[in-house]
Amino acid sequence: MDMVKYCLGRLGRALITMAIVLSIVFLLMRLLPVEGYFGDRSDAMNPKVKEQVLKSLGLLDPWYVQLKNFWVDLFHGDLGRSIVYRKNVPVMDIILPKAKYSFQFGMAALVLEKVIGLPLGVLMARYKGKALDKFGNLYILIINAVPAAVYYLLIQLGGSSLFGVSMLYKPTDPTSWILPTISLSLGGIASTAMWMRRYMVDQMNMDYIKLARAKGMTSSQVSFRHVLRNAFIPMAQSLPASILFTISGSLYVESLYSIPGMGGLLVTAIQRQDNTLVQAMVLIYSAISVCGLLLGDIAMMICDPRIKLTKKGGSR
Amino acid sequence: MGIFSQLHLKNRVYENMAADLETSATEEQVTDDMFKLANHDIKEAEQTAFSGYSYWKSTLKVFLGSKVTVFILIFLAALLLFTFIQPLLPNQKDPIEIFVNPETGIQYKNVQPNSEFWFGTNTIGQDLWSRIWSGTRTSLFIGLCSGVATAIIGIAAGCVWGYARKWDRLFTEIYNIFDNIPYTVLRMLITYIMRPSLGTMIFVMCLTGWIGMAKYIRNLILIYRDREFNLASRCLGSSSFKIITKNILPQLISVIMLETALAIPGAIGSEVFLTYIGLGLPVSTPSLGNLIDEGRAVMMVASQRYQLFFPVIVVSAITISFYALGNAFADASDPRNHR
Repeated sequence: MDMVKYCLGRLGRALITMAIVLSIVFLLMRLLPVEGYFGDRSDAMNPKVKEQVLKSLGLLDPWYVQLKNFWVDLFHGDLGRSIVYRKNVPVMDIILPKAKYSFQFGMAALVLEKVIGLPLGVLMARYKGKALDKFGNLYILIINAVPAAVYYLLIQLGGSSLFGVSMLYKPTDPTSWILPTISLSLGGIASTAMWMRRYMVDQMNMDYIKLARAKGMTSSQVSFRHVLRNAFIPMAQSLPASILFTISGSLYVESLYSIPGMGGLLVTAIQRQDNTLVQAMVLIYSAISVCGLLLGDIAMMICDPRIKLTKKGGSR
Repeated sequence: MGIFSQLHLKNRVYENMAADLETSATEEQVTDDMFKLANHDIKEAEQTAFSGYSYWKSTLKVFLGSKVTVFILIFLAALLLFTFIQPLLPNQKDPIEIFVNPETGIQYKNVQPNSEFWFGTNTIGQDLWSRIWSGTRTSLFIGLCSGVATAIIGIAAGCVWGYARKWDRLFTEIYNIFDNIPYTVLRMLITYIMRPSLGTMIFVMCLTGWIGMAKYIRNLILIYRDREFNLASRCLGSSSFKIITKNILPQLISVIMLETALAIPGAIGSEVFLTYIGLGLPVSTPSLGNLIDEGRAVMMVASQRYQLFFPVIVVSAITISFYALGNAFADASDPRNHR
């Protein structure tokens, strides 16, 4: 019961935050110059037509009226229709098919990231200071330091010219999944391995590990039965958010391989001043981040019975 | 037999010594002039108790102890120095001048690297060598400005947030709001409203960067604010400002330096990203982001890939060096690594 109350309270606060976020973005969008709404035909239109277009979009009303209308529509569950990007198509019809692509690629990358990153981190901790550890650290350093845009380009160039893998995404060709998935997972592999290595190294000096070793377990048994299970708890916290956020896609990777995903949609929508589309996406993203955090905390509580969310920590 | 005789001999020696002592004690008187007064030297007394540990000295020693770190340090210093003196060297070309072949009147387009154009020319006939160094200057300027500004704003906000417990709730809510606006939306909207330029770019980076820094500093301040020495300081009447600047911030100096050092490669990366989504600097101002974008456009032609590779190599060298140095410094500034 406490738990339900806690979740409701948190969701309530999150709703207020989301409302403020949406209003800020809404108003910022209204600060953009009106010329943007006419696109390339801006010069060809006469002022009368322009005014009519603006009027039909409701952009001539004072900002508080526009804001009120937006909220009233939102309460009726209406996110509106796209005004520029694909005229008069409901925004959800634009977003959902794109989100599907991003979700598929994102999940493939997420799986690859954990499958490679976790063992890499464990092995690096096991052979700390040896060649494998040094190599892994070099990889982490390079991936973290070099801008993603740079190594994505090199992967696309290298992959397609050296191995002859398809350079652009084709729905019919399964090999065209290889390069985008690898590109998407590189950063995640580096951070997973780095985190896992640090965690393992810290845990190795703990008393319970020493006891487990003393009672005769081999070090690989200790790693899998004790350390990995404990390591899973912080991972459980971040996993729901990472899964949910796969639908936001990656701008670089999707545009490089021309995947019709979500990655570039936000940028395009802002560039073309499609207010309703931008608002819907901001709403979705902030809902994702709120839900991801909450689900993560709940998952962590399920994995580790020692953690109680409802109890407040005292402070001096 | 041998051992026994030695033992016997030793016993006899001791007996003789004892006898000698007895006789000397009775014969000689102990007088004051047999003793010499030692000077009481404060400096000398301190010397035995002083461990010789200095935080910064040890940090520097560990930092410079690694050959790889020293190599990167020298490399980066040389690179930075060269970046700034390059335009003063003789025979350097103007980065935005378009070179025209005087005989034919056609621009030197896509000239492969040669003795005249060291890194070749780009699609409209500009010298890539001088463009790269000019771009490096621009990118470093953006990186330094936004890194330092982010650090200053973030630290100031983080200190207030962490120290003033009453306002914690309010600040946390403001943080949640900022954190929930996708950075891309904020950056794009502000850039469109303010028009793209160098100043806008730095402003936009600070706008999205300070909040993360503030949160980080806030968490660190929370760790230190109620320690005993601060409690004592507060009881003795120190002002909050003095506690923050004199007691807490010096403890965070290494962390702050690390964050600022890592913010520079981060800002260079952001510049590349912003250029990619069309919010970059005008084409007339070379920057590493612009150059990579130009290189990407001709990436499909194998013979022109040098236009992508040269800027990529420079960007990678700079960001990796800053990142590696920042991490080496963080390791060195950790007292647990001091011996």
